[in-house]
Amino acid sequence: MGLIDQLPVLPVLLPAATAVVLLLIGDHGGGEHNLRRQTLSGRVAIGSALLGLILAIQLVLQAADGNLMVYRMGEWPAPFGIVLVVDRLSAMMLLLTSLVALPVLLYASGGWAGHGRYFYALFQFQLMGLNGAFVTGDLFNLFVFFEVLLIASYVLMLHGQGRERLRVGVHYVVLNLSASALFLIGLALLYALTGTLNMADLALRVPLVTGPDAIVLQVAALMLLVVFGFKAALAPLSVWVPATYAAASAPVAALFAIMTKVGVYAILRVHGVIFGADAGASAMLVEPLLLPLAVLTSAIGVLGMLAAQTLPRLVAWLTVTSVGTILLAIGLFGAPAWSAALYYLAHSTLTVAGLFLLVELVAAQRGAVGARIEPASPVAQPALLGLMLLLAAASSVGLPPLPGFIGKLMLLQASSGHAHAALVWSTVLLAGFLSLLGLARAGSTLFWHVRSDMPSGASGASAPLVVATGFLLATSVAMSVFAGPLQRYTGAAADQLHDRASYAEAVLGEQGGLKARTTRPYTGRSGTTP
Amino acid sequence: MMPSMEFLVATGIGWTTACGIWLMLRGRSFPVVLGLTVLGYAVNVFIFAMGRLWSNAPPIVGMGPQIADPLPQALVLTAIVIGFATTGFVIELALRSHHASATDHVDGDPADRESAS
Repeated sequence: MGLIDQLPVLPVLLPAATAVVLLLIGDHGGGEHNLRRQTLSGRVAIGSALLGLILAIQLVLQAADGNLMVYRMGEWPAPFGIVLVVDRLSAMMLLLTSLVALPVLLYASGGWAGHGRYFYALFQFQLMGLNGAFVTGDLFNLFVFFEVLLIASYVLMLHGQGRERLRVGVHYVVLNLSASALFLIGLALLYALTGTLNMADLALRVPLVTGPDAIVLQVAALMLLVVFGFKAALAPLSVWVPATYAAASAPVAALFAIMTKVGVYAILRVHGVIFGADAGASAMLVEPLLLPLAVLTSAIGVLGMLAAQTLPRLVAWLTVTSVGTILLAIGLFGAPAWSAALYYLAHSTLTVAGLFLLVELVAAQRGAVGARIEPASPVAQPALLGLMLLLAAASSVGLPPLPGFIGKLMLLQASSGHAHAALVWSTVLLAGFLSLLGLARAGSTLFWHVRSDMPSGASGASAPLVVATGFLLATSVAMSVFAGPLQRYTGAAADQLHDRASYAEAVLGEQGGLKARTTRPYTGRSGTTP
Repeated sequence: MMPSMEFLVATGIGWTTACGIWLMLRGRSFPVVLGLTVLGYAVNVFIFAMGRLWSNAPPIVGMGPQIADPLPQALVLTAIVIGFATTGFVIELALRSHHASATDHVDGDPADRESAS
């Protein structure tokens, strides 16, 4: 095997190896003598993230031709061994993760990384979990990578410590552990009824389950919807998001912007594809649920934005609103809607991550008022920060010609002819309008209702922080410039998701796994093992 | 009549889950952590039981006419390891939170101390 065949596993191995190196370099928290270790760690971490970006671009280029890259750990045949699959969707998510990770690391190296210990190492572990969740072709490994990214996120969330972070941190950890327990119950039920947890194999076997067994199978799938919906901030499981994201330090919140998308990704893979149109008795299982819940998510999100008292909360609620729009598109089913979902997902992740960093830059220049949305002394760089906020806000509410507009337009076009087209149109347009109100209120208070009687003495943000934030927003805007190729890519990715036969053939076919039928439920006879 | 093994295991898992959930809904961090642990036990036995219950059947091919499904046993090992690590972490977190807020209430608000159960 050449290096090119090993490509799918590298996005997992690279952050894992980097994290180990960073642990060996060590981090003793504060202190003069620790500064050199910190600088070195920062360079190693950013170098590794840069390498990860190159790797992700390479994978996207390969996947763009329609290649399904299948990597079997230890050459164990699927569906028995651990299998990693990179298709267009996975490659795109890997690239998105890298595009968020690199500027966030740059931003963190400008100060936040020194506010606690082992920031860089934990960041790499989180990347390992994220990348692993995106490349795995097996639901149990999805659970394992979820845990890897969650354990890293527990500690990252507490980065910087403080009473508020610890208080919210306890909630965050307990809620996620409960969700993990539910995840395991769902997986165990799926295994009990189908005898497999390999995604390709599940897609073949779920249609074969009928009668009373199908009902238990659907219960398992709906349990997984609760778990993934919890991660993705699907209403009514979204209330933890604003508190957590607002309490986390800015770079961590920016990285968490991609964590909600892991939930969206898992819903797409499991409920969109495995329990999709061809799932026999369990076909289109979540269709009646997803659309109303997505509308509710959007509604709660915009109401939260209107009520937000602080900037991080405003952005956190914006995250919830954007997830509502994405899930709305996924809930419509069909390739054009999913293409819109993927385009909007990429755009909203980059914008929200950029906004989390930007609002901290703004808050840092407002003296004692900080992140609260109320009049204060003018910021030191009103033109720069104001324009960046205007750009991000206009894009997220969907003003042309920014990518948010293109994404929403794709969604509206895809919904035409759908039975609930009116609901989709009114939700997307109203949510956009109310987000505009919320963001305009914040923007005008921050930059126009300034009180010159208050002392201003704040200095401008340092260059790396501005560059990092600007990079995220610029990447988001670039999605508008390259909208044509990107749309073709997301469209092809959505088509590829619908092509279950090729996926099964690529993952299972070579090894004869397509024909390796074990009798289920498992009877215990030696003769039935393939 | 002896109740079947399936009935006993199923009610056992159900009772343990109920205890875990009840404990998790308490207002103090210690019962919550305990509840998470108990729920974790119930889930682990549940995964194990999803390979069906076998007696006198080793999970190894060629050891007899019947073989137990080895995969849930492998899955449960992974789940136990992960559960162990997260329990360790959540205990430390609960202690830190206790030290920072001078209360073991999960909302960390001393005003709630009297009203909490």
